[in-house]
Amino acid sequence: MAASRKPKLAVWKFSSCDGCQLSLLDCEDELLEVAGAVEIAYFLEATRVEIKGPYDVSLVEGSITTPHDAARIRKIRDQSKMLVTIGACATAGGIQALKNFRDVDGFIKAVYAHPAYIDTLATSTAIQDHVAVDFELRGCPVNKHQLLEVLNATLNRRKPVIPAHSQCVECKMAGTVCVTVAHGTPCLGPVTQAGCGNLCPGFARGCYGCFGPKENPNTASLAKHMAELGVSSRDIAQAFRSFNANAEAFRKEGDAHDDR
Amino acid sequence: MVHNDIHATPAAGHRLIVGRDGLDALIAALRGEGYAVIGPRVRDGAIAYEPVDSTADLPIGVIDEQNGGHYRLNTGPEETLFGYTVGPHSWKRALYPPRQSLWTAARDAEKGFTIEKPDGTPPRQAFLGVRPCELRALGIHDRVFGVQPHDAGHGAQQFTDQGYAARRAEAFVVAVNCGRAGGTCFCTSMGGGPQAEGGYDLAVTEINRNGWHDFLVEAGSEHGRAILDTLPGRRAEVYDVQAAQAVTDAARGQMGRAMVPDVADLLAKNLEHPRWAEVAKRCLSCANCTMVCPTCFCSTMEDVTDLTGERTERVRRWDSCFTLDFSYIHGGSIRQSTASRYRQWITHKLSTWHEQFGTSGCVGCGRCITWCPVGIDITEEARAIHDSTRGTAGGTPEGTNEGRA
Repeated sequence: MAASRKPKLAVWKFSSCDGCQLSLLDCEDELLEVAGAVEIAYFLEATRVEIKGPYDVSLVEGSITTPHDAARIRKIRDQSKMLVTIGACATAGGIQALKNFRDVDGFIKAVYAHPAYIDTLATSTAIQDHVAVDFELRGCPVNKHQLLEVLNATLNRRKPVIPAHSQCVECKMAGTVCVTVAHGTPCLGPVTQAGCGNLCPGFARGCYGCFGPKENPNTASLAKHMAELGVSSRDIAQAFRSFNANAEAFRKEGDAHDDR
Repeated sequence: MVHNDIHATPAAGHRLIVGRDGLDALIAALRGEGYAVIGPRVRDGAIAYEPVDSTADLPIGVIDEQNGGHYRLNTGPEETLFGYTVGPHSWKRALYPPRQSLWTAARDAEKGFTIEKPDGTPPRQAFLGVRPCELRALGIHDRVFGVQPHDAGHGAQQFTDQGYAARRAEAFVVAVNCGRAGGTCFCTSMGGGPQAEGGYDLAVTEINRNGWHDFLVEAGSEHGRAILDTLPGRRAEVYDVQAAQAVTDAARGQMGRAMVPDVADLLAKNLEHPRWAEVAKRCLSCANCTMVCPTCFCSTMEDVTDLTGERTERVRRWDSCFTLDFSYIHGGSIRQSTASRYRQWITHKLSTWHEQFGTSGCVGCGRCITWCPVGIDITEEARAIHDSTRGTAGGTPEGTNEGRA
C-alpha cells in the first residue's frame, strides 16, 4: 500500500460465540502480517486498546438479537468505510435464529428466574437486515484462509476470490468421494456454498451447511432426494435449521418440512 | 507417449499372455523407468485413481453397482483385478489438475513488476487401468488442448496448452479393456466400445477361462512394445485373442444406458423445449456432472495478492458452466436460471462440441449420471426430447416457448 497511514481495522462482536474472531487470531503466522498491514483500532478479543473511529475496515461478528444491538450496528456502520460481516451469525442470524421459529416469551419464562431482566428481540437477524454490508463472509466458523483473502482483497481494493458455488465443487476438486452417491449419506453439499476446506465430506460425513446457501440453491430437489434416502420430514427440517436456519433458502425449505 | 487420433486404427499387434506376476513386472518396470504408477484403488467406498505399488493395491475381487445417483462396491469374482468399471475420478485429474499456479508476480522498483513462472517440469506418470471410454476422453482433450491438430470445419487449432501437452507427452498409458459394463455405461451408443482402439502404450484384457486367470497384453507403441518384451509370459495365440474378444463382446451387450441417435442435431433443433424447465426442477446446479466428466475442461482464473500488495499469483482452477460466475460478463451473469445452465452443458457436450472440436464431447462413461446426487440422466433427458419430437420430423413441438430458459 502506498498510503501514508495504515488502514484502521476494527473487529466488532454482536450475538455470537466469538469463534469467528478466534479465526482471525488463529491466523498465527499471518496475524503478524495483518498487524503490520493495518492499525488494529478496535479488537477487544485481542487488545484493550480502543482507538476512535472512523474506521477503514470493520469486521462484524454476530447477529442482532437485542434493541441495543440494533442501535449499535448503525453507529458502527456510520463510522466504517467498509463493513464486512463474518460468520453465519452475522450473515444469517446464526444458530440463535432458531428462536425465530418459536415463542420467545415462552423460552424466557422457562429459562430465567426473573424474566423481567431480559431485554431481547423476538428474532435473531443478520447484520445485512439492519445496515448496508459491503461483503458477507460465510461460515460457522469462517475459514481463516478466506478471512485473510477478504482482508487482502479489501486492502488491495480488489474483489475477494470467494466463490459462491456448491460444496460439491470443493469435494470434487479435492478428489473426495461423494458421501451421498457412494454411501447413501444425506448431505447438504449440493445446496451449500463451498469454503470450509471440505471438512465433513473429507471425513465421510454429510455437509451440515455451515456456509449457508450457495447461489441458486435448489433445496426442494435436494430435500426430495433426502426423503428418498429415508430421512424423515422432521429431520429434513432440522437439517436446514442449523447455523444458517434464517438464511432465506434454508428457512423456506425448513418451513416446508415443519409439520408441527 | 502415443497421441493417436481417437479414430486411428489399432496399432500393429504384438501380444503376450501374462499372469498376475506379469502385471507386477509391468508395474515394477514402469517404476524402474521413473514413472509414478497411478491406478485404481478402493478408497472410501469407491474406485479412485491413486498411486499403486503392485497388483496387491488393485481392487481385487471388487465390482461396482451403478445407477442414477447411486454407486456401491460389491464383492465380485474372486481374484479378478479389473471387474469394476469407471469411478468418480478420471485421468483429467492427472493431466489437467484442479488447481494450477500459472505465474506469480512481484513488484519491482525498477521494472514495475517481475513475473516468475513455476517449474514447468512435468510429472512422469504411468496410468494403469485406462478404460476404452477414457482413452477416447484423452483423445478429446488432446484436441481441446491443442495436442492433436484438428480442423473442426473452420480452420486449424491455433493454441496448444503447454502444461497439458507436457504432462500428456510424459504419460505412459496402460489401457484395460472392459469385461463388463456398468449400469450407467453407454459407450457403444457414443461410437465407442469396451475394447480399446488405439491411443495406448499397452492394452490389457483380463481373461477368466476354465479355471485359468490371465491377461492378454497388447502393445500400441514402440515404448509399450519394449516394455512388453521384458515381461514374463508366453506369446498369445489366436485362441487367446478370441478369448479376449469374447470378454469385450460380453461387455458390449451389457450397456446400462443408450443415447438416442442423431442427438447433436436433435438438441440443436430444440434449443427451446419444455424439457429444459422440467429438468431444472430436479437439477441442483451443483456442478458434480461437469467435475466428474472426463472431457469437461472449463476453468477460471483466480488472482490473489498478499496483504502488502507486493506479490500476486494467478491460479487456474476447474470451473463449471453450472455456476453463476461462469457466465459472468460485464453487468452480470448471462445464465441465471438452472434451465439455461443445464441446456448449455448438454448442448455443448452433445451438439456444439462437434462444431468446436470435430467430435462429440461425450464418451458414454456414465459418470454424470452416477454422480449426480439426484440421478439426472443425460440419456434420459435426450430421450425425452427425442420422444417429444417423434412425428414432427425432429422439429420443435408446439408450446416450447413455455420452457424458455
